[in-house]
Amino acid sequence: MTNMSKLPSKSHYVGPGAAQAVVSRTLSIIVDNEPGVLARVIGLFSGRGYNIDSLTVTETEHEKHLSRITIVTLGTPDVIVQIKHQLERLVPVHRVRDLTAEGVALERELALVKVVGKGDKRIEALRIAEIFRAKVVDTSTEHFVFEITGKPSKLEEFIQIMTELGLVEVSRTGIAAIGRGPASS
Amino acid sequence: MARTMTGAEMVLAALADHGVEHIFGYPGGAVLPIYDELFQQEKVKHILVRQEGGALHAAEGYARSTGKVGVALVTSGPGATNAVTGLTDALMDSIPLVCITGQVPTHLIGNDAFQECDTVGITRPCTKHNWLVKSVDDLARILHEAFYIAKAGRPGPVVIDIPKDVQFATGNYVGPSNIAHKTYKPRVKPEQMGVREAVELMATAKRPIFYTGGGVINSGPKASQLLRELVRLTGFPITSTLMGLGAYPASDKQWLGMLGMHGTYEANMTMHDCDVMVAVGARFDDRITGRLDAFSPGSRKIQIDIDPSSINKNVKVDIPIVGDVAYTLEDMLRIWKSKAPQLDKAAHKAWWKQIDQWRARKSLSYKNSNDVIMPQYAIQRLFELTKDRDSYITTEVGQHQMWAAQFYHFDEPNRWMTSGGLGTMGYGLPAAIGAQLAHPKSLVIDIAGDASILMNIQEASTAVQYDLPVKVFILNNQYMGMVRQWQQLLHGNRLSHSYTESLPDFVKLAEAYGWTGMQCDHPADLDDAIRAMIDTKGPVIFDCRVANLANCFPMIPSGKAHNEMLLGEDVSDEDVGNAISEEGKVLV
Ligand SMILES: Cc1ncc(C[n+]2csc(CCOP(=O)(O)OP(=O)(O)O)c2C)c(N)n1
Repeated sequence: MTNMSKLPSKSHYVGPGAAQAVVSRTLSIIVDNEPGVLARVIGLFSGRGYNIDSLTVTETEHEKHLSRITIVTLGTPDVIVQIKHQLERLVPVHRVRDLTAEGVALERELALVKVVGKGDKRIEALRIAEIFRAKVVDTSTEHFVFEITGKPSKLEEFIQIMTELGLVEVSRTGIAAIGRGPASS
Repeated sequence: MARTMTGAEMVLAALADHGVEHIFGYPGGAVLPIYDELFQQEKVKHILVRQEGGALHAAEGYARSTGKVGVALVTSGPGATNAVTGLTDALMDSIPLVCITGQVPTHLIGNDAFQECDTVGITRPCTKHNWLVKSVDDLARILHEAFYIAKAGRPGPVVIDIPKDVQFATGNYVGPSNIAHKTYKPRVKPEQMGVREAVELMATAKRPIFYTGGGVINSGPKASQLLRELVRLTGFPITSTLMGLGAYPASDKQWLGMLGMHGTYEANMTMHDCDVMVAVGARFDDRITGRLDAFSPGSRKIQIDIDPSSINKNVKVDIPIVGDVAYTLEDMLRIWKSKAPQLDKAAHKAWWKQIDQWRARKSLSYKNSNDVIMPQYAIQRLFELTKDRDSYITTEVGQHQMWAAQFYHFDEPNRWMTSGGLGTMGYGLPAAIGAQLAHPKSLVIDIAGDASILMNIQEASTAVQYDLPVKVFILNNQYMGMVRQWQQLLHGNRLSHSYTESLPDFVKLAEAYGWTGMQCDHPADLDDAIRAMIDTKGPVIFDCRVANLANCFPMIPSGKAHNEMLLGEDVSDEDVGNAISEEGKVLV
């Protein structure tokens, strides 16, 4: 057994926000699909001043009444641990996994991107869309709606380029995430 | 065995099945079916309060003085919104409550119906959990879950919102034994590794301290017994938060008094200079730590808590132990005894010598007077004259609360009820009513301030109706004393709206409610007056006229560290005015 008195002390205060760098974490929260459960989770974040960068929620296992809430949040490592514990305290929460902490999680998002324009810009938009494997799901002589799926960073890039080519509107689903490998949460 | 009955009958059946003897409530349209059932049975006694806020605090006092779950019953809309303060209070202080609220019938929900409010929405952040019962088929399960969740793990309040049509509807009632909770299974037994490491660290300590809190009380009487055993076995000094008073006997020589903002000098200095801190059921709240970056800088910390989110929240600890206090202390004692560690006797001796020097500062001393009653003196006399009785103390919020914590000493748990986390003025009288109901033969005293007592004075009427002989001991300084003290500390002594200009005549007020009113304004008369109060059979308001401008010391000014306390005896008004820095002023 280690002799605790010889270990360096961790005891001086390192509080939320102090000295530590802010990191982005993807949390997967398996909850009982009961009324108000999303309000509970969101209320926890707003009430305690935590960030929500992205949030998705849907029923995943109908028979077991289970839903999966995926939240991308920002905070110092200490704050992230607090968030996890606070979530675990909610009665309808089955479990919380920090997917980022368990290795690079699979993260995917879908976006619908409306681009309006004529002439060269229109042709360029279509060419770029092909490179990104975005699908045209609606069109007229002066607009396209593209559907694109991928990592959030890929969507960002696509949206960035389309901004120069006549982007007028974007709708994103938020991130769905799952751990790699055979283990399940 | 399932039985067929209405939703309202199920409520009463579940209360009876969970051994509930008393509930506190106030009727209204949306709970009439439940009131009708109450009328037709005898197992559960209903205590009619005078405002729903009183019902919640009474249920808290009842719960905290017995260790049982407190139950309140209120109507929809204003009944539910009046319950919000008490629910929040119970959440902050981890008091198990089940609050049943009536709701408009399901088909009217969302229509802005008469006396409709979004009760589950409003109470979501101030309960441990809540339910809107949409079908009578769910009711029995929810009622049983509610009692389980209120009590399991870290206790807290829950709300069950029952629409009126669900109260009338008929369904199957199943008893509590058939229900196991799907998700909520808090860990009560600690990991052995952590406990072993903790014992090892404690054994090597040169300057140890136990820092204990309300979690010891919540864990039950056994936790207090085990704590006493462990503290005596180790020989360590011990301090406690406001919420934990009574878990360790204040009359014992290892006891240092309360710590924190108005704690003793010896408790705070011992915390500051210790090398090993054992936190037991305490959550490092800002009233305890003072300036965080200067909090006990040289120590290694062990923290025992049933709630993982309380660990490392404000202060990083070296050995976290998630578990119930009683289970954990039991393991700790067993391991300690089997190891029988050799303590560093010389170091411990030096540590106690140091502590005795801090004690010698007599941080609770104050200048007494022969002409006016000093508030501290009043509490000292109250303690001396009641300590050999079977007594329970509640308080309101303010200076009187802190003086009560400093000068009234507790040797047993569950004897002290105060609003710690939320600091709710108006808590003390209804809480005293709840405690008195549970302990009809005991002496129950609400130590009050002249401002706080008016916040729930209507409950005086409840005490009369149920023959509850509570005593309200008002330290009447005619100010919101604690506010005045802070204005002196922070705002150039500009006493903005902290003087209570038109106080009622408390003696007449008592008499108007059918209580006995007494007054005392001279130190020489105080003992006799207190004795007369104790000897009076029914409820008494004791208007104790005390020095108006006394300040509560010692004090860690906001933004300061444990070793920067202001001590009472030698503080000038100028010191008080300059005690808090610019940064400290924004803190509360
Ligand atoms: C419901 C509520 N409102 C306001 C406050 C803020 N507050 C804290 S102490 C205090 C004054 C209490 O005065 P009193 O009851 O006379 O007690 P004293 O401090 O004089 O002993 C006030 C207004 C509070 N704690 N609770």
